[in-house]
Amino acid sequence: MKLDELTKGVFKQNPIFYLMLGLCPVLAVSTRVDNALGMGLCVFFVLVGSNVIISIFKHRIPSQVRIPCFIVVIASFVTIVDLLMHGYAPELHERLGIYLPLIVVNCIILGRAEAFASRKSVFHSFLDGVGMSIGFMLGIVGIAICREALSTGKIAIFDCTIVPTFTQSPSVMMTLPPGAFLTIGIIMALINYKNIRKEGR
Amino acid sequence: MENLLVIAVGAIFVNNFVLSRFLGLCPFFGVSRKTSGAIGMGLAVIIVMTCASAITWPIYTYLLSTFNIEFMEIVTFILVIATFVQLVEMVIRKYQPDLYGVLGIYLPLITTNCAVMGVALLNVEEGYSFIGSVVDGFSAGIGFTLALLLMSGIRERLEFANVPKSFQDLPIAFVSAALLALAFMAFSGMRL
Repeated sequence: MKLDELTKGVFKQNPIFYLMLGLCPVLAVSTRVDNALGMGLCVFFVLVGSNVIISIFKHRIPSQVRIPCFIVVIASFVTIVDLLMHGYAPELHERLGIYLPLIVVNCIILGRAEAFASRKSVFHSFLDGVGMSIGFMLGIVGIAICREALSTGKIAIFDCTIVPTFTQSPSVMMTLPPGAFLTIGIIMALINYKNIRKEGR
Repeated sequence: MENLLVIAVGAIFVNNFVLSRFLGLCPFFGVSRKTSGAIGMGLAVIIVMTCASAITWPIYTYLLSTFNIEFMEIVTFILVIATFVQLVEMVIRKYQPDLYGVLGIYLPLITTNCAVMGVALLNVEEGYSFIGSVVDGFSAGIGFTLALLLMSGIRERLEFANVPKSFQDLPIAFVSAALLALAFMAFSGMRL
């Protein structure tokens, strides 16, 4: 039962492939696996933090002004992440650039606050936040692995090579915008294909 | 004094908000099923982005940088934009009911559109002047509308195409967006 709150975000309601939320940073940052990991961690912190805080104060927030209140909580967490990254990981901060502050308008976080954290208990909201952000991280890192492998011919996380060079003529297009759209389109088609086959059986 | 034409062409074609900066993708895929909807959304985005650039510039320059509280940028901008969108909605509903009929349902969606927040943050990052920011916001809105219109045209034709079952609806829209982005990449070779 409780485990269900955690796992639904990872598979059944994966925010990227099923709910189609928060695509902008996914496509923009997934050029390299380490960027995608960094973005995933930031979203993890913001989503879990804002879910917990909003669920603690859910009875005190008047329902007419709840959206502005949620936005202030989320924006504060994003500011914290932005300043921490600027101080401790300046290089990654530079590479994520404008997409780090833009987590604040990411529909996943406001969507979870509105649909889940403002109704359920603190512990359930925490589990929901963890599950959803793991789902987000899996999605963004998955796309980044495809794109980095195809565009550079190898996979390296923070200068440490995970998969050695397997091709001498990689396709540079995959780091560029068209590659992002193509990758996510094909992954979604594969998921659809799997679901159609499951229904047919 | 920066060259306004360079800013405009840059925001419309070279760094198109949707196809090369990936901003505002939710409305790009959500509203692009019909050309009529795309026009309404495009108009609303142009108005909001131009005004948001015009409002956030003085706030950043005269309030945040004067008191050295630039780190409050994110909180301030999102609140100002959300309030502004609400205000625009109320004013249009009161004085221009016809226009409200066209734009009404799209305005609330714009609050969480990252293109609006993105243009405010980019103006600060690029260090544009007031006029430059407004031109940048306006042209970014035009660029968004252009991409949205092209996409809605493609998707209206795709309705009649024989698409493989697993590619139907969104996956094929993403693949078409990839081809559109490939076409827009030709602009990145322009020397301004």
